[in-house]
Amino acid sequence: MATLHTRSAARLMIAPSVLLLLAWMIVPLSMTIYFSLLRYNLLMPGMEEFAGLSNYTYFLTDPAFFQAIFNTLAIVLGVLFITVAGGIALALLLDQPMFGQGIVRILVIAPFLIMPTVAALVWKNMFMNPVNGLFAWLAKLVGLQPFDFLANAPLFSIILIVAWQWLPFATLILLTALQSLDEEQKEAAQMDGAGAWSRFIYLVLPHLSRAITVVILIQTIFLLSVFAEILVTTNGGPGTQSTNLTFLVYAQALLQFDVGGASAGGIIAVILANIVAIFLMRMIGKTLEA
Amino acid sequence: MGSITLKNVSKVFGAHAVIPSIDLDINDGEFVVFVGPSGCGKSTLLRLIAGLEDVSGGEVVIDGKNATELPPAKRGLSMVFQSYALYPHMSVRGNIAFPLKMAGEDKSVIDKKVQDAARVLNLTDYLERKPRQLSGGQRQRVAIGRAIVRQPDAFLFDEPLSNLDAALRVNMWLEISQLHQQLKTTMIYVTHDQVEAMTMADKIVVLNRGRIEQVGSPLELYHRPDNLFVAGFIGSPKMNFVSGAPAAAYHAHTIGIRPEHLVLSKDHGTWRGTVGVAEHLGSDTFLHVKADGIDTMTARVSGDFPVTHGDQVFLTPDAQRVHRFDEKGMAIR
Repeated sequence: MATLHTRSAARLMIAPSVLLLLAWMIVPLSMTIYFSLLRYNLLMPGMEEFAGLSNYTYFLTDPAFFQAIFNTLAIVLGVLFITVAGGIALALLLDQPMFGQGIVRILVIAPFLIMPTVAALVWKNMFMNPVNGLFAWLAKLVGLQPFDFLANAPLFSIILIVAWQWLPFATLILLTALQSLDEEQKEAAQMDGAGAWSRFIYLVLPHLSRAITVVILIQTIFLLSVFAEILVTTNGGPGTQSTNLTFLVYAQALLQFDVGGASAGGIIAVILANIVAIFLMRMIGKTLEA
Repeated sequence: MGSITLKNVSKVFGAHAVIPSIDLDINDGEFVVFVGPSGCGKSTLLRLIAGLEDVSGGEVVIDGKNATELPPAKRGLSMVFQSYALYPHMSVRGNIAFPLKMAGEDKSVIDKKVQDAARVLNLTDYLERKPRQLSGGQRQRVAIGRAIVRQPDAFLFDEPLSNLDAALRVNMWLEISQLHQQLKTTMIYVTHDQVEAMTMADKIVVLNRGRIEQVGSPLELYHRPDNLFVAGFIGSPKMNFVSGAPAAAYHAHTIGIRPEHLVLSKDHGTWRGTVGVAEHLGSDTFLHVKADGIDTMTARVSGDFPVTHGDQVFLTPDAQRVHRFDEKGMAIR
């Protein structure tokens, strides 16, 4: 790739894929922007007219909107906290030499391979159901009133389900990082008089910082758009207690048939996601450079 | 202070006895080198002393106290690892201060001790750097710095110089020896390089297959090897071994002659041979001579001895310096 000739040839060769990717992104985006400026209701086909920014005003002043933003952030932060803390703990355990290590590791990875709708349904019907669920049975066993998770703590329940799904991912990444920690460093710390806790704080945790950053970045991307788990368990309710931005946009478009308003919501979601991304890169992107 | 005694120490991994049984006394202030071919158990022995491995049997006595059951940190020893094992996310200062911090020392005391150690090791200008910004030799010195701030009873070195280039290694031999003169602390040093062992040691422990072959000062081992293994291991180039009729003349099963104790001549001598390869080092020339009726022998002659490939030469062993061994490979004295 040294001469002018090869460089321009290279540009020519990658041009088609770049153009394709660009079109792939630009067409839906500009269509969404276009729709968001229309009064476009599926119940009144053929009546579309230019509506200016009224869709945005409507979406942004919707009380459900702020609830949805709060819920989105709660899901992201809650799941991140549980998966990172739990992932570190599980990785530390799985790193110990033990009998049946291979089978245990496969078992730990299993939840990640179950599709979100199935996982959510399993949790909803087999664990959290106040009549037939395992938790209800446990509660009754010790003489307590069964707790209706999805009705009384819908957001927490969804965080729990999503965290369960993402825990294997975090565990796996952190386990591989843990295994790359130099054995001699651990021994040196041992000679230096560091106990297990000090070794964890001063040696293991800094070593894992990069892997933790990767886990946080990748999970945030997916957690901002959690949808299936909400749809099959709470349907965003009760009220809007477990509605996140993605679900709000869905409800606007397909439950209220308001394509214009939903498009405006979609654009707002894109902008918010970008703000989150910028903050993330600012805060923890530095770890990746080192 | 730093005397270490091993009593009947053994180490078994599964069914494999890496170290069958070892007794060893190390006096306070001695520079002891464990040397042997790879897989001889020298690193394992060091780790047993450090407490990084549990002994399978026997006792480790440090400073007169039984330390067999003590965890590594409580034994009062410091270790320098082959990979240096510096903490990559801490600065040089953080690395050197770490053992003191773990011991719960005062901030001001830590600062002072770190400064002192850095001055001794010429690291003062690098205290704020991270290990990855240092050269191999500097990293080595940081590792030593981390070991000396605790003022341990003894230092353990596990092949610390094997990652350095030859020139730097020779430099570090000198620095470590000087450090030993300054601190007068017991040092145990593991290496597979017999030159390194000869250069630095007060006392060399030659290990082979988990057994001690011989313990002694470098010159003792050189002049009076106990057996064939030590004779062949110590000295460079290797000692020449001859068995059969020439050995019988000395009433031995095998005789050993060091290359520097063979006298070369162009016209007369005991054994006649043809020069194979001549290694011209300048001051010396090492000749690989195919002697008639015997194996190839290595001989050391002065650098101006005029000889090339294919020349015919005569070799005469210095009778005073012929080492004699019986059938079992033990020295006859």
